[in-house]
Amino acid sequence: MAQTIQNDKRYEAGVIPYKKMGYWEPDYQPIDTDIIALFRITPQPGVDPEEAAAAVAGESSTATWTVVWTDRLTACEKYRAKAYRVDQVPGNEEQYFAYIAYDIQLFEPGSIANLTASIIGNVFGFKAVKALRLEDMRIPTAYMTTYKGPPTGIVVERERLDKFGRPLLGATTKPKLGLSGRNYGRVVYEALKGGLDFVKDDENINSQPFMHWRDRFLYVMEAVNKATAATGEVKGHYLNVTAATMEEMYERAEFAKELGSCIIMIDLVIGYTAIQSMSNWARKNDMILHLHRAGHSTYTRQKNHGVSFRVISKWMRMAGVDHIHAGTVVGKLEGDPNQIAGFYDVLREPHNEQNLEHGVFFDQDWAGLNKCMPVASGGIHAGQMHQLLHYLGEDTILQFGGGTIGHPDGIQAGATANRVALEAMIMARNEGRDYMAEGPDILQKAAKDCKPLQHALDTWKDITFDYTSTDTPDFVPSTTTSV
Amino acid sequence: MRITQGTFSFLPDLTDEQIKRQVKYCLDNGWAVSLEYTDDPHPRNTYWEMYGQPMFDLRDPAGLMMDLEECRKTYPKHYIRVTAFDSTHQWETPRLSFIVNRPPEEPGFRLKRQEQEGRKVRYTIDSYASDQPEGQRY
Repeated sequence: MAQTIQNDKRYEAGVIPYKKMGYWEPDYQPIDTDIIALFRITPQPGVDPEEAAAAVAGESSTATWTVVWTDRLTACEKYRAKAYRVDQVPGNEEQYFAYIAYDIQLFEPGSIANLTASIIGNVFGFKAVKALRLEDMRIPTAYMTTYKGPPTGIVVERERLDKFGRPLLGATTKPKLGLSGRNYGRVVYEALKGGLDFVKDDENINSQPFMHWRDRFLYVMEAVNKATAATGEVKGHYLNVTAATMEEMYERAEFAKELGSCIIMIDLVIGYTAIQSMSNWARKNDMILHLHRAGHSTYTRQKNHGVSFRVISKWMRMAGVDHIHAGTVVGKLEGDPNQIAGFYDVLREPHNEQNLEHGVFFDQDWAGLNKCMPVASGGIHAGQMHQLLHYLGEDTILQFGGGTIGHPDGIQAGATANRVALEAMIMARNEGRDYMAEGPDILQKAAKDCKPLQHALDTWKDITFDYTSTDTPDFVPSTTTSV
Repeated sequence: MRITQGTFSFLPDLTDEQIKRQVKYCLDNGWAVSLEYTDDPHPRNTYWEMYGQPMFDLRDPAGLMMDLEECRKTYPKHYIRVTAFDSTHQWETPRLSFIVNRPPEEPGFRLKRQEQEGRKVRYTIDSYASDQPEGQRY
């Protein structure tokens, strides 16, 4: 029941609850063109959850803390975001899911900066809520089509690289910092020649005293081309063009293009506008664009406050990146299997159905936007190949940094071990075998023809990172009796 | 050297039984399989010669295996690959592609470097075999 104060009393000077200002409309039926945001709200003790939801709706759209008569100069009912549903979070008495609908005309077309300035601009510091998390968003087709999406996409990337039917393999050059350009290129060459498709700069490799960016680019491209000739395969290295200014990033990207690189890389910390600019550049220059999600855990990891990585995934597919790090399930970094399945679906599927177990709250159509390749990186090794394939599927990039470079027989051997393990697992899967159950056995058999794989399995056989995830779904499948 | 294009090049060459199982996987997915051959395996040589059209109506892997046998007889020293095409909306691209025949000797590629200003190098990759005319390379 709407509690909005009607007519002249609504605009009397003073402070009235947000709920009564028109930001709580329980009868509101969202229309197809509305943008819907789902927040997890932890109200301060004593604050009514509906009032908290209305406050979030108000502050993320038109409201301020007091009544202003200038509202009456506008079609203000249209511009007010409307909280229309508040549910208690299952098993949590403190938290509520609040659904808020926004009129499409509240947002600038094709601007993640504008979208986020509204939705997460002010509300997260709001005193009436103890904590706030943006869990999911439904982007209507009408707004989705104002974004260009990934410049290359999974399909075209695979066609350009001539690599089909298996995850791509990568590695991050280690140590992350300190290598000279010449030594850095050595790691790249060995890993690519050994069987990886890509090697990658790390997020914090830009242009430091030990290695300036031009030097890195030149040595890396020597390594890439030499490995291509040695294997007859297309190879690449994500050249990180992250820099202090757009001008500097464009200069580095242009140089990467001049040298014939097929891919460049940026970090999430450059900001949404810079990401969209680099996406435009990549689209114009036939360049694959890799995004490292540097910094995201500061706001995605804790369940009660921040922004879910599912939402970041949506924004980044809209903003237009071709690759994004999205979790490994089995590696060293945070990642509940169900949550990660949800992120991967958001990045890769043409259409998402609501799937609460995976944390996907809304049906989402991607309106033909290209698919974005999720990247699994951080603490994974060849011995987990069956699990990686099972959890992450085929359209992903598996990045074994330590798992390649740390191999006892050297980098080439490490790369070969990963590639053989991967191809053996794909073959077994395609043959219809229960590769999850038989995984260790499949790997052992493949290792008979491949000593490096045997040594990899021996070295890392017991390495797992078994910690409890902090970011987990709130809904679990219930057991129902079949009749 | 061994050219490692295709999905299974790091494994020992596939037996016919293994090829058949992969073809079955493709057909079960509703993909059309095809055979392509070349004696120019440059990594940017996208268009290998088609040995007939993709088999859109094939139901039994045996059909492809028969063609493969003929193709191998005609081009015993060429590279031959199986490629599977998926016509599903928003795929519409190959979904699997693997080599099923290769020449006994693979001489590999020459990397040519053309030095330019500012330490830049322009790279070109050349197959040693493609110095010979088509059909006389392996």
